[in-house]
Amino acid sequence: MSARTRELFGLVPVSLLVTAGFTAVLITRSNQTGTATLTYGAIFLAACLLGHVFIRVRLPHADPYLFPLAALIAGFGLVILYRIDPEFAIKQAMWFAFGLGLFCIVILFLNDYRTLERYRYTIAIVSIGLLLAPRVPGIGGATNGAYLAVDIGPLAFQPAEFAKIGIVIFLASYLNDFRDVLVKGRVPQLSLKHFGPLLVIWGMSMLMLIFIRDLGSSLMFFGAFLALLYVATSRVSLVIAGFAAFVGGAWFISRGVGHVGDRIEAWRDPFGSMELYERPAGGSYQLAQSLFAQADGGLFGQGLGESLLQIGDQGPVLVPAAHTDLVYAIIVNDLGLFGGVGLLCAYLVFVARGFKTAMVAHDGFVKLLACGLAAVFALQVFVIVGGVTKVIPLTGVTLPFVSAGGSSVLANFVLLALLLIASDAARRDPLEQGGGLAP
Amino acid sequence: MNNQITRLFTVIVLLFGLLVVFTSRWTVFEADSLESQEIDGQQVNQRPLLEQQRIPRGVIRAADGTRLAVNRRRGTGQARVYERRYPQGSVFAHSVGYSFIQAGDSGLERFYNDELSGDKDEFGSLLDQVLGDRKEGQDLRTSLDPRGQQAALSALQGRNGSVVALEPATGKVLVMANVPSYDPNDVVEEQRRRGRGESEGSGRFNRATQARYPPGSTFKVVTAAAALDTNTYNPDSLVDGKNNKRISGVPLQNSGGQDFPTITLTEALTNSVNTVWAEVGEKMGADTMYRYMRRFGFNQKPPIDLPGDELTASGVYNNRGRLLDDEDPVDIGRVAIGQERLQVTPLQMAMVASAVANGGSLMKPHFADRFVRPDGRLASRYRQEEAAQVMSRSTADRLTDMMGQVVKEGTGTQAALEGIDVAGKTGTAEVQNGASNQAWFIAFAPKDDPKVAIAVTVERTQGQGGTVAAPIAKQVMQALIGEQASG
Repeated sequence: MSARTRELFGLVPVSLLVTAGFTAVLITRSNQTGTATLTYGAIFLAACLLGHVFIRVRLPHADPYLFPLAALIAGFGLVILYRIDPEFAIKQAMWFAFGLGLFCIVILFLNDYRTLERYRYTIAIVSIGLLLAPRVPGIGGATNGAYLAVDIGPLAFQPAEFAKIGIVIFLASYLNDFRDVLVKGRVPQLSLKHFGPLLVIWGMSMLMLIFIRDLGSSLMFFGAFLALLYVATSRVSLVIAGFAAFVGGAWFISRGVGHVGDRIEAWRDPFGSMELYERPAGGSYQLAQSLFAQADGGLFGQGLGESLLQIGDQGPVLVPAAHTDLVYAIIVNDLGLFGGVGLLCAYLVFVARGFKTAMVAHDGFVKLLACGLAAVFALQVFVIVGGVTKVIPLTGVTLPFVSAGGSSVLANFVLLALLLIASDAARRDPLEQGGGLAP
Repeated sequence: MNNQITRLFTVIVLLFGLLVVFTSRWTVFEADSLESQEIDGQQVNQRPLLEQQRIPRGVIRAADGTRLAVNRRRGTGQARVYERRYPQGSVFAHSVGYSFIQAGDSGLERFYNDELSGDKDEFGSLLDQVLGDRKEGQDLRTSLDPRGQQAALSALQGRNGSVVALEPATGKVLVMANVPSYDPNDVVEEQRRRGRGESEGSGRFNRATQARYPPGSTFKVVTAAAALDTNTYNPDSLVDGKNNKRISGVPLQNSGGQDFPTITLTEALTNSVNTVWAEVGEKMGADTMYRYMRRFGFNQKPPIDLPGDELTASGVYNNRGRLLDDEDPVDIGRVAIGQERLQVTPLQMAMVASAVANGGSLMKPHFADRFVRPDGRLASRYRQEEAAQVMSRSTADRLTDMMGQVVKEGTGTQAALEGIDVAGKTGTAEVQNGASNQAWFIAFAPKDDPKVAIAVTVERTQGQGGTVAAPIAKQVMQALIGEQASG
């Protein structure tokens, strides 16, 4: 069975699952099913088939599991959003359509991945610019104390979502070129020329803490950087030194930047005092409600669409940011520990396929690119789910393919496209490879 | 680089494992403590309360199916919540109680909260959880009789007092009526007003189970049971009923200062002769008296299906409100005629009548008859239970005859029913230093096959037990027995 046929077969159960999910939510909502859910399922299947056909034509050798897994997580996300508020789901479905379009465009125009290497510095600068954009007066602004969003007219987006991809591309390319120096060179002999960019990355993540005030995205970026640094150099000492520098810097900054400090305080003891619990911004109310929602879910959950988000029709909101930050808490509330772990497994398999792509790749850049994309994706899941489950301080990172939000969807479709491109390049029969220039 | 990639993946698997561990921590291991999470002593997790509001509680019904507590649905879909309504208003307020998120709960609503809210259904729960089914409470069918309840309330005519009627053979509570009462539908609003400093009415107080009243001569039934059952006396024993006999060194008066020289014990009960019964009590002694009192249920909270803090134990209380034991110094002669700081609840006196009526066997009083699942299947049935064998059957039979005489030709004639023999005992206790009376009547009927045992009391009346309480008992028994005869 060819890879593409396997991919096709993988999409069938995904569509069935999504249909079943919509059915369950509709039953809870109105005690009737009708044909609406079949329509949703059919549209979803059609979109998946479109993507599949496109991959079949353009990237025949790409990993057959990545796309169905992404479709599974995205479909699951749609059901959850539909369950929170159908409005969110409709918007999200629209973004998925755009995302799929962007996905196709990326695959169509990025004929050769080496293009990315050529423009690495441009990509890096644009990414950093994107990251700092929310601090530009007029277009940026703070939400809950963190500067994560840019508003241009009717359009709002979170630049960090795109920046993470750009940074990974840059790091993959840069480390691929300089890894020999970093691996072989003894530390005293390493010049600033080699180390400089790494220090820049560290400094940048610290600046992010200061400017964007978001510990989560900072952790995600720096974590991806350390992961790539390790894979490229195999130097654990570098990773430990980097991690220590990050923790030290974060600790120092959290004392100065109120918002980051608040988040840490709320994380350390969310039930410490009523003042902290009721603090309008940066208090522990959100985290506390997240934990309460999970406790309410138990092993099997309350059932899809059954858990409590709001008190009464017009009453106060019990779970703030249910469709973005706390979406994992809602999933656990509805589907229990099993539902939450199931979703984490889906993410983990997706990440595993990404690493698998990296393993089979011959080209160093492709290897590091696939590895970096998989790592940054995994870290993003860890940062937000870890925040919601009080492993680390709660921050405003999205849950990939699940949280509502256009930029998150678009960025993750680009990430998927790049992974598939890398995978196609990696798995192509070496004899067929057109370039043949690789050393 | 592949080795490093494998190691990196391992690290990520470990990180995800950490997520699973923490999710398990909140969903399973610390779920219970999170449910009751407090900050600075304040409950912050509103979910358990809100969750309860989302469950349609079981309907509470009277014996004939009359709906005593129902649900009113508000909101739709995910936001739907249920709120309790009490269609009978204040009529059954003290037994049914109320259940509101904002005001807490009481009565049967509180005692049977688990069943009514569906928490007790162990079998269903796991399966329901897997299927995501909504929990639903079980309906409660009580033994309460709306016609008897109405009869009691209308007979009380707004006078402060209480009526409790039991089915002697089973312990079913047929009537528990109090004046004053309150409307459970207004509890939330009332609490809001109280929050503004207005005081709460005394209607919440369940006189039938919480009020401590002097029992007067109705207590002589307890003394008689002890006297007969220990074979110290028999109904024909000749006793001296002279006025002003010294009891504990202090002269005791008969009602109206009457002398009853050389009468039978039966006649002493028929005419409620204080000096005889006080002497009997002294002869029995505190030990024996307390033994029989305990068997009747005194000195402990009654074994009824109401929350413990809505129940009061009957017995001898000292001035500081402490319940006295047989080791404490008490004037047992005066206790034997219902004086000397002896204080009882109407429920306790109904239990006394019930024990005599049921051949000496006191059944545990209870409201619950059965629980029914929402689909109509029987969930569980209350299993009746004996609280104590208070006296022998023959003692009970002889005491029944003595009590029959009370209604036939003694102080309780106003309770006589047409064509049905009634056994009873009046009581009149002076309160407010003799300014007014606590009127009592306890009875059961029909005498030879008792269907109803009843206790009636009226506060601060100028009348006597026989003139004020006995007619009320008559009306209630008529409503209850007439109904049973026709149905």
